[in-house]
Amino acid sequence: MLWADKYRPKDFSNLDYYKEQAANLKNLTKDGDFPHLLMYGPLGAGKKTRIMCILRELFGPGVERLKMEVMNFITPSNKKLEIMTINSSHHIEVNPSDVGIYDRVVVMDIIKNVAQSQQLNANATRDFKVIVLTDVDALTKDAQHALRRTMEKYISNCRIILCATSVSRVIPAIRSRCLCIRIPAPTEETIIEILQNTCKKEDLKLPSELAKRIAEVSNRNLRRALLICEACKVEQYPFTDNQKVPEPDWQVFIKKTADKILQNQSVETLSKVREDLYELLTNDIPSDIIFKTMLGELLKKCDASISARVVEEAARHEHRMAQGNKAIFHLESFVVKFMYIYQSMMQEMFAEF
Amino acid sequence: MEGFLKSGKLGENPEKTMIIMKSKTKKPKPVHWVEKYRPKTISDVVEQTEAVNVLEQCLTGADLPNLLFYGPPGSGKTSTILAAARQLFGDMYKDRILELNASDERGIQVIRDKVKNFSQLTASGVRPDGKPCPPFKIIILDEADSMTHAAQAALRRTIEKETKTTRFCLICNYISRIIEPLTSRCTKFRFKPLNEYLIIERLSFICDKEGVKCDDATLNALVETSNGDMRRAITCLQSCAKLNGPNRKITIESVLDVTGVVPNIWLFNFLKVCKKLNLSKLQCFIEKIMFEAYSGSQILDQLNEVIVNSDDFNDKQKAVIGAKLGEVSFRLLEGGSEFIHLLDLGTTVMKAYAIA
Repeated sequence: MLWADKYRPKDFSNLDYYKEQAANLKNLTKDGDFPHLLMYGPLGAGKKTRIMCILRELFGPGVERLKMEVMNFITPSNKKLEIMTINSSHHIEVNPSDVGIYDRVVVMDIIKNVAQSQQLNANATRDFKVIVLTDVDALTKDAQHALRRTMEKYISNCRIILCATSVSRVIPAIRSRCLCIRIPAPTEETIIEILQNTCKKEDLKLPSELAKRIAEVSNRNLRRALLICEACKVEQYPFTDNQKVPEPDWQVFIKKTADKILQNQSVETLSKVREDLYELLTNDIPSDIIFKTMLGELLKKCDASISARVVEEAARHEHRMAQGNKAIFHLESFVVKFMYIYQSMMQEMFAEF
Repeated sequence: MEGFLKSGKLGENPEKTMIIMKSKTKKPKPVHWVEKYRPKTISDVVEQTEAVNVLEQCLTGADLPNLLFYGPPGSGKTSTILAAARQLFGDMYKDRILELNASDERGIQVIRDKVKNFSQLTASGVRPDGKPCPPFKIIILDEADSMTHAAQAALRRTIEKETKTTRFCLICNYISRIIEPLTSRCTKFRFKPLNEYLIIERLSFICDKEGVKCDDATLNALVETSNGDMRRAITCLQSCAKLNGPNRKITIESVLDVTGVVPNIWLFNFLKVCKKLNLSKLQCFIEKIMFEAYSGSQILDQLNEVIVNSDDFNDKQKAVIGAKLGEVSFRLLEGGSEFIHLLDLGTTVMKAYAIA
């Protein structure tokens, strides 16, 4: 079992940070009318952990008996869909964006399914079930609008907990119907502390210097920090202060690609870059992360005089990418634009001499 | 008819459906405060004198015109018409009004079927208990501005033809999105955003009734974040109260937390970082904001306020930044990445500082 799962807090009292918020959430579960929730925060901040804590608080340890189940749906155009769900007898968890543009059907059907089965057991702790929808910000607008109406209609026997990274992409109508809970990423100090505690539980000795470096690389993502720490342990134990901390492969890969772009601006480079980009996309690296990392790398190396323009172009292309379907077009188009800006700057500089 | 009545949303708006469904379950459940404290009679409605006057005359027997209410959210448009309907029709008000939430069931088909069918039914002028009541029904079209133009056009003739039996009440936020022929068939009432002191009054009344402890400064903060929107203020108050649990005072911090407002210090720091004209510092700073999980659109809203009122910028600079703010906000709504777009905004602010 991975450390990140093994040492995931199961109860509000075991949470390592935001204890005050935890107390508030606990208050929330005491009352009979539990509202719909929208949890948002960056990756690895502990959204899912808190959701599980809430469920446990609501229903008791029964929610930990999980089983996987494949559900089938049929779209209005008679296309069959399959989606993986994780459920217990009290809740069901699903990521509707797995099925792409058909997410609306999934959202409607699941909620209806759950809502129609009333809690028969009279002395059950709660008379509602909980639906956990993850990655709500990736849902299509259609699905979000569908959610809005279904959320109101079936509130009597189901509650919805939504989980999103960026709340800007959730339509205001949904935001106003939920109690929004912000979960900021843990600070580096907190991560270091947790790493130390975890290692202590595993009977390992973690030098503070190494812990600090892991925390830095992890980008304030607790899950990633724990994974890196575990990877370090596999690579070399006992730990040393100056041990190499592995960076994610894709980050290194994007760095290399960015270097290529900066070295030579030509059609040949472009075709090489295209291969790289395809490689990244086929390995399921989200296109917005590629874009962001790439922009960061390029900005590091380019002159202040053009950086504003580069950022502006990046914003324009990113927006188009979010709207369009084929990420590769927009990534490439941005690369070409960057090459153009970079080259004209170089030529101007040489012209001055 | 039965089937239609069940499927249509009759005489209740979304939040109300909630309560009705809740009350069906065995245990009585706590009610959403927005519903609980909705004005019961027209005279309870505050601020909107013109509309209230017309409706009050109608209660005493005058004819009711077709109505068009427009104004910002939470100013009491739906509350007013619901209260009026309740007073006009008494117990049978559920049969006499049809409320369509236009953003759910828009489209020409709904107008042609549901609205037309409902409006063609005649209504009698006496109540079951023998008292007189107005001989018409009311169709409330909520969020009418999100109806398609085709659907609006389909309404035109229906409104006129069915005046004998039906009155329409259109409710919208932006009157400019209602087609001219419709606006000319209705009496228009503008609903003003509520005055701050009125909201405070109402909130403290609710606090008293619900036994919530809350001091004046906190109420002020609540009202400020709500921008004259009563519903938002009350929802916020209830969320805070629930989160806090009983017997604990609501603090300003918890209010800010629930509303998702970004503390001003972040905005000032943002401008300060921009002023240094250093891109890598700006990148770090925006990264930090993202880690705090503040919503990008909220940051933009507040930044707009800060920049418009600031003395740091001259008009030209404000214009440059304002144009970018608009663009960035639009792109964020369309699903752009917050980091890149905030960075774009940051570089524009930097440019604005540079031209000074």
